[in-house]
Amino acid sequence: MPKNFFMKSTLVAVVVILALLYLVPTIGGGKLPAWWTNTLPSDRVRLGLDLQGGMHLILEVETQKAVAASVERSSQELQRKIQDDNIRAIRPQAGKDNTISLVLLHNNDRAKLEDLVKRDYPDYAVASSRTLEDGKIQMILQLTAKAAKHIAEQASTQALETIRNRVDQFGVSEPEILPQSEGRILIQLPGVKDPQRAVALIGKTAQLEFKLVDDSVNPATVTKATLPPGDEILDMYRRDHASGRVDKEPIVVHRRVAMTGATITDARVQMDSQYNQPYVSVAFDRAGARQFADITTRNVKKRLAIILDGKVQSAPVIQEPITGGEARISGDFTMEEARDLAVVLRSGALPAPVKILEERTVGPSLGQDSIDKGLLSMVVGFCLVVAFILLYYRLAGVFANLALLLNLVIITGALAAFQATLTLPGIAGIILTIGMAVDANVLIFERVREELRMGKTPFAAVEAGYGKATLTILDANITTLIAALVLFQFGTGPIRGFAVTLTIGIASSLFTAITFTRLLFDLYLHQFRPRRLLI
Amino acid sequence: MEFIKPNVNINFVGNRVKAYIVSGLLILLTVVSLLIHGGPNYGIDFAGGILVQVRFTQPTDAADIKKALAPLGMDQSLVQGFGDKKNNEFLIRNERSGLELQGLSDRVRTTLAKTYGKGKVEVRRVEMVGPKVGKDLREKALLAIFYAIIMIAVYISGRFEQKWGLAAVMAGVLVGATLLVQALITAMGGEEGIAMVLLILTALVVTVGACWLLKLRYALGAIVALIHDVVITVGVFSLLDKEFTLATVAALLTIIGYSLNDTIIVYDRIRENLKKSGKQPLGETINASINQTLSRTILTSGTTLLVLACLFILGGGVIEDFALALLVGVVVGTYSSIFVASPVLLLLPEGRPMVIRRSEPARAAAVRPEPLAAQAAPTQVSAGKAASAARQKRSKKSGRKGKRR
Repeated sequence: MPKNFFMKSTLVAVVVILALLYLVPTIGGGKLPAWWTNTLPSDRVRLGLDLQGGMHLILEVETQKAVAASVERSSQELQRKIQDDNIRAIRPQAGKDNTISLVLLHNNDRAKLEDLVKRDYPDYAVASSRTLEDGKIQMILQLTAKAAKHIAEQASTQALETIRNRVDQFGVSEPEILPQSEGRILIQLPGVKDPQRAVALIGKTAQLEFKLVDDSVNPATVTKATLPPGDEILDMYRRDHASGRVDKEPIVVHRRVAMTGATITDARVQMDSQYNQPYVSVAFDRAGARQFADITTRNVKKRLAIILDGKVQSAPVIQEPITGGEARISGDFTMEEARDLAVVLRSGALPAPVKILEERTVGPSLGQDSIDKGLLSMVVGFCLVVAFILLYYRLAGVFANLALLLNLVIITGALAAFQATLTLPGIAGIILTIGMAVDANVLIFERVREELRMGKTPFAAVEAGYGKATLTILDANITTLIAALVLFQFGTGPIRGFAVTLTIGIASSLFTAITFTRLLFDLYLHQFRPRRLLI
Repeated sequence: MEFIKPNVNINFVGNRVKAYIVSGLLILLTVVSLLIHGGPNYGIDFAGGILVQVRFTQPTDAADIKKALAPLGMDQSLVQGFGDKKNNEFLIRNERSGLELQGLSDRVRTTLAKTYGKGKVEVRRVEMVGPKVGKDLREKALLAIFYAIIMIAVYISGRFEQKWGLAAVMAGVLVGATLLVQALITAMGGEEGIAMVLLILTALVVTVGACWLLKLRYALGAIVALIHDVVITVGVFSLLDKEFTLATVAALLTIIGYSLNDTIIVYDRIRENLKKSGKQPLGETINASINQTLSRTILTSGTTLLVLACLFILGGGVIEDFALALLVGVVVGTYSSIFVASPVLLLLPEGRPMVIRRSEPARAAAVRPEPLAAQAAPTQVSAGKAASAARQKRSKKSGRKGKRR
């Protein structure tokens, strides 16, 4: 027997059996017997979004807006604290660069304010102060950079968590949600049927606010100049059910947020029996329920505007104090809109709006087309190469072709085993590997031919051919491997799939072309002891 | 069966000037084409914008689609038929930077559905890339190509000349020089597009220069061939007005890895022949090596081209450009490993890729070339430019005259 024969054949057998084991689930589909799935590999080759259809999104959380919102909240809070501390000042206003500016009426309140800031607002520092012409003092407070960064980071984390919640409730199998650098979020939704709805659901900020309506002002005639201080004009949207047209009308509310949706614990869709209209009922936690009861008790007969992402959904009159800790959001929703609204309210608001930086969607029919075409070109390419190698190298060609077949089995098995994702460029990578895998055998066979021409016996020629060609083959493949690794580092999604199949393909083709064909040669030479080699 | 007879003897090295002219013209053509087109034709991956692939149930044409999209400000879009005409499939592409991308894919879907009727139009693919992401991807792509070339240069120098230390030094110098230029460009506030081009140019010049000075001959040959292959592939894409996408860059990287295969096969043979036939002039050794490996060069590329052609013809529109880039790259790579990579070894001063002193027993020198090479290197580095140029001339002549040397 040839040297190392036993070891080599065992190695080949083990690799072949392993590859086949991992390949069975992919070929057998979902119909494997229970004893198989319980004990043996049951993972199928995972298809990328471009093959099975789906959606790839990169979102950017606009964390600056979360910081700005926090500054705005602080400025509103400061207003109350100033009154509590008897500091006489003109209403604090949030400004650019995370600042709050306010004007003190008397110089002697200055120390008081500084004390207040030090005590209750450790994240703020007095950035500047100057005495105005009339003796009043303008003070500018600024959020420290460290605090701003902290808020931004928290916003990113929270956004990631919220989006995860929403996607879970959307019902996509195996979604992938990963944080990226610079506060970006990568979302992959394989097989998503309605990408439009998915984007709407994921991207909705869902900031729920309750603000009291200022009925002392006529919204139809008010202008910026006549708007009372502390008020703002918002748009209320109404849909005409007959025509489906959406109208908006202005409504004046107090700028101060009476309550937010932060304390919501549950949200579900209900039907209004009177108007046959879906609405969303939300439940607050205990603190929220108390706050809501307080607001509704103090403002009976006034109108409370329910605002979602800056748009007034409805502004019902508070008929009586609501103490049950539940509120109802109605606003001409369709059933589907109401359902999605309930989902986003349940999963909580995004701390800041998100922007879609990148969107790639592939419909399922295109994915299937790609699979079909990819497989077709793979089969045709394989057959052509096999036919050519057979013609050119005859018996040795048979060995090379067997190696090529084994190579395909190993690549597919490895894809399933590593749970790597197969993409369309990935299929291209396999096709390319078919062309490249025979390269190694071409190099060996040409070398063997050369040695035979020099008058060596088949034994010696095969020995020398493999010995001399192996190093060259390694060198040649390592450069491709380097490129594949760089590609893996650089690429995302489909391109990464190409790098993966190329890498696996190179490794397995080295094995099949060098070890496996050598084994076949050894077997053949020992069994038949030919005087001439058909190569 | 044999395509190329074992005793083939084509004078590749003797005709190398013609090959240089052909390559030079191709590179010139690339530069001209890039200048005329105002740089590479970036696809939406790099330029930012939107691409929508739609299929209609009824025949329609590009003008109608544009009209339908006019309310979105997309009437300037590029609309092309995609694949078989009877499929009524179209690609709509818009790379205008002013376009508001937020929610655009939604609006395109709604607008098309409104014009053609619900269920009459199927949006099969949407790719929307924001300008910021596009810019990031562009930088990442260039860096990837850059790093691939450096790593391969280091590998070749280390592997072929046993000069791992020098190779590492070169990589260090290169990375340093690039960072310096990058810092300079940032400091001067240069335009991003030009900055990147400058950066790559510096990197290439430094790489080639470092290889030259450090006498990393094989690495020099390999890198020149790599640059040659990538540039010409880019040129073909520019001439055909094909778009540069992520897939094209992936193809370029693959070419960088794969086109070297043939080059390495020839180099290995040159080294092997150098050990055996000490007295033969280098030019002849190189030419013999190219001829001896010619059949495998053609065969290995041939099988790869065969499968790539299948992919190009049968793989469908999504993968077409990727396959094309690989096809072009493999063809150019095969040409360059025969006509460029090996003759370039003759360009260097001293003429011989391995510093082997003939006075010593050739065998010993061949087994341990590294200490000799290491000794030779510093004196070469310190030698003046004029001297090295003179040596180069001399070596060219002696390379041809051969045995009298």
